[in-house]
Amino acid sequence: MIQDITTSIRTTVVLWLLTALIYPLLILVIGQGIFPAQANGSLIVNDQGQVIGSTLIGQAFSSEEYFWSRPSAVDYSIGEAAAPTGLSGATNLAPSNPDLLALTEERAEILQAANIAPTADLLYSSGSGLDPHISPASAIAQIDRIAAVRNLSLDDLQTLITQNTEGRFLGIFGEPAVNTVTLNLSLDQR
Amino acid sequence: MAQGFFQLAIALAILLVVAPFLGKYMARVFMGQRTVLDPVASPLERLLFSTGGFSNQPSMTGGQYIRAILVSNLVMGILVFLIFMLQGVLPLNPTGLDAPNWDLALHTAISFVTNTNQQHYSGETTYTYFSQAGALGFLMFTSAATGIAVAIAFIRGLTGNALGNFYVDLTLSITRILLPISIVGAIALVIAGVPETFAGPAVAQTLEGATQYIARGPVAHFEIIKELGENGGGFFGINSAHPYENPNNFTNLLTNIIMLVIPAGLILTYGIMAGKPRQGWFIFGMVFVFYAALIAIAAVGEFQGNPLVNGILGEQAPNLEGKEVRFGWALTALWAVSTTGTMCGAVNGMHDSLMPPGGFATLSDMFLQIVWGGQGTGTAYLFVFLILTVFLTGLMVGRTPEFLSRKIEKREIVLASIILLAHPIAILIPGAITLAFPETLAGISNPGFHGISQVIYEYASAAANNGSGFEGLGDDTLWWNLSASFSLLVGRYIPIVALIYLADSMAQKQPVPETAGTLYTDSVLFTGVTAGTILILGALTFLPVLALGPIAEGFAIAKAAAGG
Repeated sequence: MIQDITTSIRTTVVLWLLTALIYPLLILVIGQGIFPAQANGSLIVNDQGQVIGSTLIGQAFSSEEYFWSRPSAVDYSIGEAAAPTGLSGATNLAPSNPDLLALTEERAEILQAANIAPTADLLYSSGSGLDPHISPASAIAQIDRIAAVRNLSLDDLQTLITQNTEGRFLGIFGEPAVNTVTLNLSLDQR
Repeated sequence: MAQGFFQLAIALAILLVVAPFLGKYMARVFMGQRTVLDPVASPLERLLFSTGGFSNQPSMTGGQYIRAILVSNLVMGILVFLIFMLQGVLPLNPTGLDAPNWDLALHTAISFVTNTNQQHYSGETTYTYFSQAGALGFLMFTSAATGIAVAIAFIRGLTGNALGNFYVDLTLSITRILLPISIVGAIALVIAGVPETFAGPAVAQTLEGATQYIARGPVAHFEIIKELGENGGGFFGINSAHPYENPNNFTNLLTNIIMLVIPAGLILTYGIMAGKPRQGWFIFGMVFVFYAALIAIAAVGEFQGNPLVNGILGEQAPNLEGKEVRFGWALTALWAVSTTGTMCGAVNGMHDSLMPPGGFATLSDMFLQIVWGGQGTGTAYLFVFLILTVFLTGLMVGRTPEFLSRKIEKREIVLASIILLAHPIAILIPGAITLAFPETLAGISNPGFHGISQVIYEYASAAANNGSGFEGLGDDTLWWNLSASFSLLVGRYIPIVALIYLADSMAQKQPVPETAGTLYTDSVLFTGVTAGTILILGALTFLPVLALGPIAEGFAIAKAAAGG
């Protein structure tokens, strides 16, 4: 028994050094050394050197001049509630929960009031609460409003949407997805 | 819909290509044959063996092997618990987090030491980078390696060989399998966009001028072993749905396949080590059929969507509640069935918001425990079912049952029964107690039949050492932390102890020569009977709760949609 305890302690120590110290440090050095942009979170920095978001992390968009993003249970980790750690989260509403039906009805009314024909991804809230993407159909549904507010042609907007759409991996896996953060950023940069 | 099912078919085809490679490689590792990693791994292992103090230790008996597992797991669990309780004063704590409640720390330590990774917390708001990388990441390797060691010892025993040395197998699993794949995979994940940094959360001024707090951390190295080791504990609260854990469909495909390869490959490893590759493939095929069927059930449910919401949309659309646009309904369903089948427990969409067929498929995965099954233990459970099938068919034809030329006798059947019974006991008894006190204990967040599913899912996830959840459940309470810990421990260690004793007693039997009357276990007929045994023994126990949970919920939704 004593033998077991000492062997266990010694094994724990050496395996801890290998898997919890050397291995993470190796990946950290490779990441920070060779791929610093990705390793630090694919952050977007503006001309003044200020972080304005990440290409991977969605933002809340509710004003007229931006393409709206999906409903989020954690409001995209924005505001004091998210400080200082940041948040992620979902509604975890079951399909049979009356609250889900009430929420989607409410959202459908908001979308219809804004002349957007409701799509599934704009009605249902995302899993992470940070989904940067909407479906191409949801982007197209908002194109008239953006064109009017921003005084842009539909063709230009169509091009921007295509440029900010991530296709399926290898043409097979996943669903085409329009990145609202980079799309709205490119609207601002025009 | 066709495109969705095409994606699923290609993903399964990739698994069929990759799993045999890894299966053969793992067999070579544990049979002591030469592998490509020898020049790097052998010196490292000599160093680890000698510093660990088990360089020249002989093969263990069943009792010694069990003691080594229990003592080493206890030591590791205590270390990790202490790290949690001291995290407030340890380094790498950029957001100034304090120690969690003792019951949450205890539950987390037990949950990770048992290879479950059930989380009653959100990573970004609860555990420091030091706790995540230094405590949780550590157990992700050792708990997975413990599972692989158990499976290898079990296979050795079944085939009449000595069990081996636990510490050697534990170390080899890490140096030869888990660590090399993790290093390559982690680098691939960093390139694809998964962060690896010790910097604290980024603070951004969004395009609309609000302040956004973006949690970061050393994610990439954690992420890959999370899937490879069937651990499943997310760095962030929302796990693989989080864009930093799983930013695109390259990472999603990679991690989804990675979580399947070891349990799928180990079945073929068995065939090679036992000298019966044909039987390995028969079992592989049987599990594959179960797996594909459950994916189809879950995928169709998600594709058809929620009829109540479809009424608002005015058309049929997939259920996207709790899902990411980039993954869509098909790959979320694939992931859900894979993660509950392999006991990984990571999620790329919220299981609480799956349609009832998805809830049915994920719960069934955890009830059966063999749709690939947990790291190492899943393969072992498959053989327990094979032994029971040999016993049943032996009774039918009136012969003493034999498996791999060894007689199955009372002791083996008792041990196999203990393994099978521990599971429902660890789920249904605490589930019944919790449901008896819905107001004070249960923490149910979704009304109606779904609430029953929430409670049963939590205990099933604990007992199967899965770790996913119907996460709406309010589970960071003293009751949930302690009662789930009970299910975690019963679901992990009772089967492991019984498996090792079973292997030990098989190893000590005299082989009986094959005769014309010997039952051949590598045939379609026998595999079919095994599948029937699994469904009857495994599924019937849980049919009542499936009927009360997802099946009843499905009917309730259909009725509401029809205007009832």
